This record gives sequence, structure tokens and C-alpha cells, in this order.
Amino acid sequence: MEIARHWRLQRHRYALVGEVCNHCGVKIFPARDVCPECNAPAKTPYTFSGKGEVYSYSTVHHPPEGFEHFAPYVVALVRLAEGPLVAAQLTDVEGEKIEIGMPVEMVTRKLRDDGSRGTIVYGYKFRPVIASGTSADVKDASV
Amino acid sequence: MKIMKPQRDVGIVGYGAYVPRYRLRGTEISRMWEGEQGSTPPIKEKAVPGLDEDVATMSLEAARNALKRAAIDPSRIRAVWVGSESHPYAVKPTSTIVAEAIGAVPHTLAADWQFACKAGTEAMQAALGFVGSGMADYALALGMDTAQGRPRDALEYTAGAGGAAFLVGPAEESLAVLEGSTSYVTDTADFWRRQHEHYPAHAGRFTGEPGYFRHVLAAASEIMAALGRKPADYAHVIFHQPNTKFPRKAGRELGFSSEQLVAGLLVDDIGNTYAGAAMIGLTSVFDVAQPGERVLMVSFGSGAGSDAFDLRVTDAITARRGRALSTRDYIVRRHELDYATYARHREKIRME
Repeated sequence: MEIARHWRLQRHRYALVGEVCNHCGVKIFPARDVCPECNAPAKTPYTFSGKGEVYSYSTVHHPPEGFEHFAPYVVALVRLAEGPLVAAQLTDVEGEKIEIGMPVEMVTRKLRDDGSRGTIVYGYKFRPVIASGTSADVKDASV
Repeated sequence: MKIMKPQRDVGIVGYGAYVPRYRLRGTEISRMWEGEQGSTPPIKEKAVPGLDEDVATMSLEAARNALKRAAIDPSRIRAVWVGSESHPYAVKPTSTIVAEAIGAVPHTLAADWQFACKAGTEAMQAALGFVGSGMADYALALGMDTAQGRPRDALEYTAGAGGAAFLVGPAEESLAVLEGSTSYVTDTADFWRRQHEHYPAHAGRFTGEPGYFRHVLAAASEIMAALGRKPADYAHVIFHQPNTKFPRKAGRELGFSSEQLVAGLLVDDIGNTYAGAAMIGLTSVFDVAQPGERVLMVSFGSGAGSDAFDLRVTDAITARRGRALSTRDYIVRRHELDYATYARHREKIRME
């Protein structure tokens, strides 16, 4: 029964909530209640901006159970703007050239779907940053 | 008919849109079912959700955009109401997922609304009343859909994906103030979906005059009459948009020009987003509207009914709209699918 495990993690997963060390100021993700830098207790929640860049990546063609629906998909190590390195899927990247150093932003998506009788697990993934400030007269960027 | 307006003045303090990245061209659907010499499709293309998207994830992004614009503490939101006809669960609310993720829990109402394509504006009416009563200072109303279209059915061309979120709050903090609203509802079976069915059914041409036009025209005429307005008083008008013909015809019959419709008419680019259709049109209007302009929005939901809202844009719009992605930013982000990939995205291929 994984319901309880997912439920405990959902606060962190839905909105990228970690912790901040009040002793040395380091931002921590995932939450672990002890600062990895100075070993002081660190229990103050901190919501990350969701901005980061691709540190490294790979494509999964043979997915583990529960992820078949999404394969092939790209997994990445993302260096968050606030410092921590996070493992996550990249999404909305079909047809995109993925590069190390590429700016990405956090979105909340379906992580796994346990069939029509089970629950849906949601959590963070990262996508290429969407360009803002499109002028109203640009009707279609890709054709 | 008495106009609906709470004693406490209310309005919209934040708005946000969401459209998924994938598109299916109308010509790709006609190629599939009619061959290369197929008929001219009713719209250019429609938005299709990604494999990892549903009404919960899409609502969440629209809600985050509304919160960026409103810049309020999410724990002050006293209701999260999601209107849709494609909720991910038959039993278990979409709204609690959204409320949890934006940080509105635990001191909030959360519920899912259902009324075909007007579920979202029904949630808006309730949010305006809820804040207007003084029971809450902020309430979040969403309309979002990943609309289902049976392969080869006429609706397959238009059943799109997307929607919008509106954070309702006190008038003095609003980027658009509510001047009044109305609803016009009858029991009319023009479109429906029974429990456990994958695709909706519709009554063909009966969806037009007795469905869409009767309710949309009545709601629009009545709100204008009650507030003493004429079409020329509005800078923008948004109608529910199941295709490009219906909203244009409704506009013409009421006396609106095509210039008044253009900012809020998105169906040709993203399809009919059902519960999101009129509401995402309103976000697109807010992206360009000027302070002092009046806006009329009229939704339609099969079954059947229309909600009409008379809004006045305030000075706050100019500072707030740039705080989040515009609706057009989402529309120009596009990745085209072929019919086979679309069939996979929409789970039309049964694996077991």
C-alpha cells in the first residue's frame, strides 16, 4: 500500500517545498530536517522558485512498472536556482533539443497512474521555460 | 428580471490561463476520416493535453498564474472550485489537489462543479456571491477541460483542452469590477454523457437554436436591458465558443461588431475548451483591455443554460497582467501531433 507514502511526500512534490537552514542559510531539497552543510537542525519549510537548469539528462526507453504510459521519457538532474540538485522528468520536450545548461521551470504533472482502479500520483517535473511577452500579432511561431 | 449583484462590491483580483502544448490540425482529422480530399474543417486546429496532463495539473497552472497576478497569500483563499466535465476521478475532488498544491489548505472550501460547458462560470457566480456575502475575502473559480470527442464524430474536430482561473475578491483590489450578472437556465437535452461512457452524445442541429442561441441570446439581452446598456457600451464581448460560427452569429444577432469579439475568440487556435471556453476568452481580453473598458462575457452549458457577466476593467490591470504568462504566450507554444500520436495522447488506443 503506497497511498500513505505518496501522501506524506505530496506537499514536497506538488510545489517543490523543501527546507531552509536558519543557521547557515542553505536551501535544502528534499526536506531532511538536518542541514547537510552545518549539521544544524533545519525544519523551516521553504518553497523553491521552480527555476533551474539542466545539469545532465538521459532518455528512458525501458520504464519501470507504473511509468509505461509515459515512455520514452527524459529524466534529468536539474540544478535549482537556489542550489540543490534534483532528479526529475523533463516534460513538453518532444521535438526540442535538450542541452546541458538549458533553463527549465517546475510544473506539476502526473508522475504515475495506477490504472483505472488506482490513484493518480502528481508531482514536480521540469519543462523548457516558456517565452513571455509574445506580441498579439504573432499568430503562430512554428510555421 | 432582477440583476444579480452582491451588496458588497466584488470583482476579479487575479486571472490565469492554461493551454497545453500539443495541437491537432483539423485537416489531419479530415484526412483520417474523409481522405485527402476531405471537407474544410470547422476550425484550424485544437489543443491536446500531454500524456502527463489532466484537468488537475492544468487547473493548477492556471491557478498559479492567477495567484501571481493577484499577489495575495494563498492561505486567505476560502474556496477552490473547479468546473469541468473531464475531472480525473469520478469520486475524489480535483479541487483538493489544486488547493493543496497552491497552499490554500486546510481552511478552505473545495468542490468540483458540473454543468457541461458552463461549470466554470457557475463556479464564478458562486465565488462572486461567496465573497459578496462577506463569508470570504477571496475565492478561486476555475473552468478547465480536456474535452472528449468520439472518433469520426463532428465534435472530434473541436473538442480541445485548456481553461482559466479567476481569483474573486473585494472590488477595491480588483482588476475588473462586477457590475452585475445573470443566469438563464432550462431543461434542454442538447448534449450529454452518461456515467461510464467515454464520449458524449449530442442532438445534432438541436444543439443550435433550442440550445446555444436561445440561452446565450436571452442571457445577453437580459443583462444589457437590466443594466441599461447597448452593445456599443462594451469594448469586448466573449461568448461560449463551440466553433467559430456560433459566437459570431450570436454577436451579429445582438448587434456586436466583429472587432468587439476578436480579442476573446480563441476557438480557431485551441478548439472548444468546454468549461474553459468563455473563461479563457476573458483572460485573453484582460491581456489587452484598457482601464475603464466594459466587458461582457456570456457562457453556455448544454443541459442547458447561460451565465452573463458585466465587468468594468480598472487601473489595476496594467500593473498585474505582466506578472504571469499571457494567454497568447501559451497559444503560440505549439507542437503538432499526427492523428496516431493524438490517439495515444487521448487514450483512444486500448492496451488491455
